[in-house]
Amino acid sequence: MTSNFKTWPVTLLLAVLSLPIVIMFAYLIVDTVTDTTAGSLIPDRFTLEHWRFLFEPPQTGRADIWAVTLNTFLFAGSTSLIVVSVSVTSGYALSRLNMPFRKFFLGGVLTLHAFPTVTLIIAIFLMLQMTGLYNTLIGVILVKTALELPFGIWIMKGFYDTVPWEIEMAGIADGADRFTVWRKLVLPQVHPGLAALGLFSFLSAWSEFILPQVLAPDGASQVLSTYMQNLIKDDRAPDFNLFKSVGLFYALPVMTIYLIFNQKLMNIYGGGTKG
Amino acid sequence: MRIALENFTKTFGDTAVIENMNLEIASGEMLALLGPSGCGKSTTLFAVCGIHRMDGGRLLFGDKDVTSVPSQNRNVGVVFQNYALYPHMNIYENIAFPLKIRKDNKKTIDEKVQEIAELVHIPELLDRKPIQLSGGQQQRVALARALVREPDVLLLDEPLANLDAKLRLEMRSEIRRIQQKTGITAILVTHDQVEAMSMCDRIAIMDKGQIVQLSTPKDMYENPASEFVAGFMGNPPISFLDGTVDENDLRLANSSQSLPLSSNISLPNDGETLRLGIRPEHFQPNYPAKLSGKISFIETQGREVLYDVTLENGDVLRSIQSSGMPHAIGELVTWGIDPDKTLAFAANGSRL
Ligand SMILES: Nc1ncnc2c1ncn2[C@@H]1O[C@H](COP(=O)(O)OP(=O)(O)O)[C@@H](O)[C@H]1O
Ligand SMILES: [Mg+2]
Repeated sequence: MTSNFKTWPVTLLLAVLSLPIVIMFAYLIVDTVTDTTAGSLIPDRFTLEHWRFLFEPPQTGRADIWAVTLNTFLFAGSTSLIVVSVSVTSGYALSRLNMPFRKFFLGGVLTLHAFPTVTLIIAIFLMLQMTGLYNTLIGVILVKTALELPFGIWIMKGFYDTVPWEIEMAGIADGADRFTVWRKLVLPQVHPGLAALGLFSFLSAWSEFILPQVLAPDGASQVLSTYMQNLIKDDRAPDFNLFKSVGLFYALPVMTIYLIFNQKLMNIYGGGTKG
Repeated sequence: MRIALENFTKTFGDTAVIENMNLEIASGEMLALLGPSGCGKSTTLFAVCGIHRMDGGRLLFGDKDVTSVPSQNRNVGVVFQNYALYPHMNIYENIAFPLKIRKDNKKTIDEKVQEIAELVHIPELLDRKPIQLSGGQQQRVALARALVREPDVLLLDEPLANLDAKLRLEMRSEIRRIQQKTGITAILVTHDQVEAMSMCDRIAIMDKGQIVQLSTPKDMYENPASEFVAGFMGNPPISFLDGTVDENDLRLANSSQSLPLSSNISLPNDGETLRLGIRPEHFQPNYPAKLSGKISFIETQGREVLYDVTLENGDVLRSIQSSGMPHAIGELVTWGIDPDKTLAFAANGSRL
C-alpha cells in the first residue's frame, strides 16, 4: 500500500455507493429464511418453509425443481461445450490457416458479434417451428450456441494470434505433423482462453432468459429462469419469499463459479497475455 | 551430409524473393548466409528445412533429392532467433520432444537427453521451465533440442541476435565447439559479419536474393568481389574514395590531390570514374601514398583508436591505430595509403 495516497476516503465512498446493492443482497438472503410483514424491514420469525420447494413434490401446474435444474445444467453445459469445441478449431483456422474467404469470415464474425440478436428472435422462432425444434431443449441450445459462437471464435482467434509462429515451425522441424503440433504445442498455450471461454459461455447460458422464454416456454424444457418467471406469472398472491429462495438457489452456482474461477475469467480480458 | 541447392527459386505472391540460387555445402562444413535484413536468408533456410515449399529448383541432401520430402521427414534441426522453446514443457520435455514424436522408448530418450544436456552444459537445468532460464541458457536448450535427433543438418537462424554482447561472444564459440564436436553440417544465418567470420568455414554473402560471393572469411575480407561485399565485411567498415583515372593515378573528385593506383588493378580508360576502397588498417601514418586531411572524429576502442579523417573534398577516410600516440580532433594530418592494399571498383560496383 503506498503511503502517499490515503485509501480510507475512497473506501468510504465505495462503501456508500455500493450500500444499496449490499442491502439488496442481504435481504435476498434474509428473506428466504424469514417471514416479514409487508412494509416492514424487520423479519419476524425464522423459517425454512420457503425452501420446501427443494424437497416437496411440485404443486400442480409447476415443474419439478430438480428436473428444471437439470435442464438448466444441460442447457448451459452443452452450450459451453459446443461453443468451446467449435471456437477452439475455427479460431485456429482463422488465425493460422491460409483459407479462402478468410477476410470475409473475420468480418462476418465481428459483425455477428456486434449484432443485436433479439431482432432475430421472430425468424428463429419460425425456423424452430418449421424444423420441429420449437419447445425443445435442443432447439434452445442450438440457438444459444449459434449466438455465442462469434464471440467465442473471435476470442480464441485472439489467443491463437499471440502464439509465436516459430513454435509451430519448431514442432514441424522436430518431426511432428500439423495436428500434433496444434494439439501438443499450440493448444496448451491457449488453455487460459479456453477455460475462460468455457466458463463465460456457461454463465451466459445459465442466466439466459429471453431465448428459453420465447423458444421453449413450458413443460419439460423449462430452465430455472423461465421457472422463476412462471412463479410470479398471473398469481394473485405472488409468493415473493419463495421467488427469492428460488432466485438464490438459481444464483448459487454462478456465485460459486465466480468465486472459484475469477482468476481464469479475468484472462479473457487480457487477450491471452499471461499475467 | 552434403547439401546442395540447385536453381532454387522462391516467390511470395508475385514477388520473387530468391531466383535461381545455387549453393553447395560440403559435409561437416559450417556455412554462413550473410546479408542485410530482408535479403532472403531466412527464406533460404526455411526452404532447406522444408517449412517453405520451393517454387523452383532442387534440394539435395547427400545425393538424395529431398525437394518434395515433407519437413518432418528431412531430419533437420533448427534453432530459431527467439529459440521457440515450448513454454508449457520443462527443459527435459523440450529436448525430448523430437524423440517422443519419433516414438523412441523411454530409456533411449532418457539417455539421449542426458547426453545432449552434457554436451551443451545444461544438465542441471532439466526440470526448469523455459521462462526460468537466461537467454544464453535458452539458447543452449534450443541447440540441444535441435541436435538431440542427430539430424543430418543443423540450421541456425540469427541464433545470437537476442543475446547481450558478452553472452554473444560466449555462445559464438560454444556453437562452433558443438558443431565441430558433432561434425554436423550447419548453416548459420546472420546479418552480423563478425559472427559469420568468426564461426564459419565459408561465407555466402547475399544481396537481394542473390549470392554475390561465396568464399572463406579471410579471402572474402581481402578479396571482395564487389563494392557491396567490401562494404559489408569488416568492422570498422571500409571507406571509399571516388575519382577519375588519369594514367596510373586516381584524381580524387573535387580535389587537387591524387593517388597512385596499384598495378594489380586492371585499369579502365583514362577519364573513367573509379571508386577506391581503403580499409582502416591500410590508412596509416607511415604508408607511402600520402593524403592530407583533418581529424573529424575519434573513437577510443581501448587497445585501438579509430580516427575519421575528412579530406579537403569532404570524403572521409577511416584509420585504426594502436592507442600509443594520441591525436586531437581538428588536427591536420598527412597519412599514407598502401596502394597495393587498396580495392578498386567500377562505377557499377564490380571489382576491378
Ligand atoms: N511469408 C512471407 N510472405 C511474403 N513475403 C515474405 C514472407 N517471408 C518473407 N517475405 C519477404 O521476403 C524477403 C526476404 O525475407 P527473409 O528471408 O525473412 O529475409 P532475411 O534475410 O532478413 O531473413 C523480404 O522482403 C520479406 O518481406
Ligand atoms: Mg531473417
